[in-house]
Formats: sequence, structure tokens, C-alpha cells
Amino acid sequence: MNAGAWRAALLAEWRKLVSTRMWWLLGIVLGAYMVFMGVVMGFSLTTDPSSMSGSLGSGATLDGRQIAQTVYTLAVSVGYVFPLVIGALSMTGEFRHQTITPTLLAEPRRGRVLGAKLAVAGLLGTAYGVIGTAGAVLGGLPFLATKGDGTYLGDTGVLGDVVFSVVAIALWCVIGVGLGSLLTNQVAAVVVILAFTQFVEPVLRIGLTAIDPLQGVQKFLPGAAAEALAGSSLYSTSGMLSLLDRGWGAVVLLAYAALFALVGALTTLRRDVS
Amino acid sequence: MPTTERAGLPVEIRGLTKTFGTVRAVDGLDMVVRPGAVTGFLGPNGAGKTTTFRMLLGLVGPDGGSALIGGRRYADLAHPTTVVGAALESASFHPGRTARDHLRTYAPYAGVDDRRCDEVLAQVGLTEAARRRVGGFSAGMRQRLALAAALLGDPQVLVLDEPANGLDPEGIVWLRTFLRHLAHERGRMILVSSHVLGEVQASVDDVVVIAHGRLVHESSLDDLVALASPRVRVASPDPAGFTALAADRGWPVEQDGDDLVLTGGSCAEVGAAAYRAGLEIHGLAEEGGSLEDVFLRLTGAAPGGAA
Ligand SMILES: Nc1ncnc2c1ncn2[C@@H]1O[C@H](COP(=O)(O)OP(=O)(O)O)[C@@H](O)[C@H]1O
Ligand SMILES: [Mg+2]
Repeated sequence: MNAGAWRAALLAEWRKLVSTRMWWLLGIVLGAYMVFMGVVMGFSLTTDPSSMSGSLGSGATLDGRQIAQTVYTLAVSVGYVFPLVIGALSMTGEFRHQTITPTLLAEPRRGRVLGAKLAVAGLLGTAYGVIGTAGAVLGGLPFLATKGDGTYLGDTGVLGDVVFSVVAIALWCVIGVGLGSLLTNQVAAVVVILAFTQFVEPVLRIGLTAIDPLQGVQKFLPGAAAEALAGSSLYSTSGMLSLLDRGWGAVVLLAYAALFALVGALTTLRRDVS
Repeated sequence: MPTTERAGLPVEIRGLTKTFGTVRAVDGLDMVVRPGAVTGFLGPNGAGKTTTFRMLLGLVGPDGGSALIGGRRYADLAHPTTVVGAALESASFHPGRTARDHLRTYAPYAGVDDRRCDEVLAQVGLTEAARRRVGGFSAGMRQRLALAAALLGDPQVLVLDEPANGLDPEGIVWLRTFLRHLAHERGRMILVSSHVLGEVQASVDDVVVIAHGRLVHESSLDDLVALASPRVRVASPDPAGFTALAADRGWPVEQDGDDLVLTGGSCAEVGAAAYRAGLEIHGLAEEGGSLEDVFLRLTGAAPGGAA
């Protein structure tokens, strides 16, 4: 391990990430979207605690604490596409704009470049996690405080969900880098991310639950693992879908991050850059 | 040419080979670039120049052979951009990043600070544009920025792939002056590629010519100039006799108006041969051979038309 070279790689990758507009554009959109979702869910769940589950047919009524958990972890339930995209762009952008050439001229040790990107994505992902989670909390808070059962921000369990929601979003950003190193075509990567997060995974999760022998499989899908890490979700508090426990959620999510990065390292990073 | 003391590292390429599908881009290339010199790396489009550079810089893995800088592979250099500065063809930038931020992004690897970024921007005349996004840059400005990036780590060796591409005539003059300044006042070793000899002729000491991925010529520029065969213009009442004489001596001959133009012999040789053959001469004049013709001949294209 060469500490100086790693420090250089981390600083370079950080500068790369924050020297274009995309990171703050997506950050602002994420924040605004989460405030909006916090308001919507905070309002509807405090108005009618069975509205969520009722519409999905499970018939459960959420108590005040569950409402708080659901609202505070909304970023992990519906906002994770943003960190995923910014993480993927950090890799696909290099190929799209061919900056991979000067990057590998500056640091021919390709594994170090990927490692630095993963680490820096963890950092930016943490910032996104804070923005997204804070947005959902701020959006929902007024309704929980006035119309509902209280904010539950003094509850260590609920606070834990808030903290792990940030961690889960950070990991999504890291997974994005791995995905981008697998799928270096930017358009393809973004299309796959949108299709998977907005359509494929939600359908799979509900569909798999309906098939008895495969019922447990949905818990291991990345979105479900992230919700398990956060500790709760829109889907789980409503009783619609079950989750792994937090520790296993973390393991599964990390496994996805490691798998994508490893496959990227063994394929893309070994190819000629021409 | 004023020559200051020059540093640099030898670039040694041995049996370098690369095949893309069915295209043999580089085919057993052997060449040595001596330290301290400015070497023109010449060849027509598709000759394998860019591929050779990419292999030299560790971006493309060779199928065979080796390319070493000072005895080491580029990828084994601890801080490569402080040893070799490279600007490759179709320089690549993120359009949304400013020129200064582009350099700041690579500065940590070279171990340099923001001041050095401003310094190299000034050197290439981009100070005014430093904080503008590269997306709005002209081709010439991009080439300058690519040069600035190559200079960032203050390397002794510069590898420049077709730096004149996309430049307007004014830009080409600027580049020529800049390369000469780097070489002769700053003592840099430069390996510069081009598909047009004339572009680099004024800046280089040595030339390496490749075609179809193979070395076809390696010498000093002076020796290449000497290769440019003399052309002798002959006025004679007996063109048929001269044509026969030229064929006998193996000198290609062309009719140009009333005159004949012979290639390959000097005035003295042609005159002596005519005297011995008893041919009458009314005029005999030597014309300089064109370097561009030599280049085209070496790389296997048809030579240009007669002057
Ligand atoms: N990545 C690639 N894939 C397929 N063919 C390539 C690739 N890179 C170069 N070539 C081919 O290799 C030959 C040499 O190309 P190149 O090194 O770019 O030549 P030059 O720089 O001298 O113009 C050309 O025939 C080109 O089409
Ligand atoms: Mg080329």
C-alpha cells in the first residue's frame, strides 16, 4: 500500500466528481423530491394510517412510530436512484468523454483508480444520504408533529433508522460505481438503472412474493437489502413485504457492491483503452 | 539551431506488435528514440502511430514485443506524469469542466498544486480561458489544453500525438514555435507524431517513419534531407538519346515541356554520362528534391507530380 499514491487518487477523484455540475444538480433534485415525498407521505399517513396498506390490500394500520419510520426512510424506498446514477456516471463519464485516457495516463494502476472512485462515491453518497434523509424528515415532520402521534425523533430505534438510511444511500452510490464499471456505456447504464429501480425490482419483489417457493428470494434483491439496512420501508411497515434483518441487509448490499466492482475490474479495466 | 544541454530518457521499442481483429496495426516495430532529441514520428493515416503511442503509455496491451521508457514500462513508473507528459490524438475533456479544473483533476497525481496549473495555462496562452468550460473551446484551444496537461508534471519527455491536427495556420505556427521553445530553451525531449512531414520538419532533429505498422526509415532529419534525390533538368536536341541513357543508368526520366527531368543523378554525373555517350547538351540544371516526395516514397504512396 502506497499511502501517497492513494491520497493523490482520492483527491483527484473527488475533484473530478465535484468539478462538474451534475453532483449538485442531482443533489438538489434528490433533496427537493424527498421533501415532497415526506410531505405527501407524512400528510396521507397521518390523515389515514391505513391509506398505504389499505390501497395495497394488506389492511394493516400503521401506528405513529411506524409512520415515522416509513417517512424518515423514504430516501431508501424511493430516492436511491439518485446516488446510484451519480455513482455510475463517475465511471461511465470517463468513457463517454474519453477522459479515461488522461486518467490512466496519470494513474496506470487501474485498480487504484477504481478503488478511489468507490471510496469517493462512499463520501458523496453519505452527503446524498444526509440530503435525502433530511429532506424526507423535514417534509414529514410538520404532519407527524401536529396531526400524528409525534415525531419519534427521541426514539433510539427510529433515530437508528435515520442513521442507517444515510448509510444505505451511501452504499447505493458505491454500487453505482461498480455498475458503471460493468456497463461503461452511459446511456445503457442510465437506462438499466431507471428500468431496474423503477420497474423491474418493484415488480419482481411483489411477483416473487406471490410464488410460494421463491417467496424468500425478494429479500435478497438490492432494493430490499437496502431497506433492510435502513431498518424499515414503505413496503415492510405496511406488512406487504418482509425484509432481512439489518446486519444481513448490510451484508447483501455490500456483496452487490463488491460483486459489481470485481466484475468491472476483471472486464472493463483489463481492456485496451483506444 | 541553438542547442542547450538536453535531458530525457531513451525510448526503446522492440518487436512491438498489435492486431485489432484482422488489422495488424503495429507489426514488429523496432525503433530507438535517443534522449535529448526532438523526434518526428511520421507515417500516413492508419500507419499505427497512435497505437504505438498507446502501447508505449500502457493504455493498450501489446500482442508482442515491448516499449520501454528509460528501461521501464510506463505503468511501472511511480509518478508517470512527472517523467512523461503525453497529449494523445483527439484530446479528451469533460465538456462541463473548466480548463483549470481539468488540470486540477490530474494535478494530485503529478504532485503539483493549483499554482502550477495556472502556470502551464499561461505557458500555452489559456490564462483568459482558464475558468471557462471546455465544452465551448475551439479545436486549437483544446490542443493547447492537452499540451498544458502534458506539461503539468514538468516531465523531461513529451509524447505528442498529432498536436497540429485541427489547428489553423496561425495555430500551427504557434505550435512550431512552442515546440522549438520547449526543446531548445527548456531542454525537453519530444516525440511528436504527424502524418505531414512539413508540419514538424521545422522542429525535429530526428525522424522515424513508419508505414503499415513497420519501420521504414530512421535517421536524422539531415540524412532524410540528403535522401531527397536531386533532380536534373536537361535541355538537349536528342531527347531519345537521353531517355535511353537514363534507362541504362536506372534514372527515372520525365518529359517536362521541351526538357527532360532525370531523378537520381547529380549534374556532374548526368553531364559526365552524356559526354561519354556523345550526347549534345544545351542546358543542365539541378533542382532540389522535395522532402515530401521522399516521405511519400518511403511510405509507399505514389510520389507527387513533377514541379
Ligand atoms: N481500437 C481499434 N480497433 C480496431 N482497429 C483499430 C483500433 N485502433 C486502431 N485501429 C486500426 O489500426 C490501424 C492503425 O491505427 P492508428 O494507430 O490509429 O494509426 P495512425 O495513428 O498512424 O493514424 C488502422 O488501420 C486503424 O483502423
Ligand atoms: Mg493517429
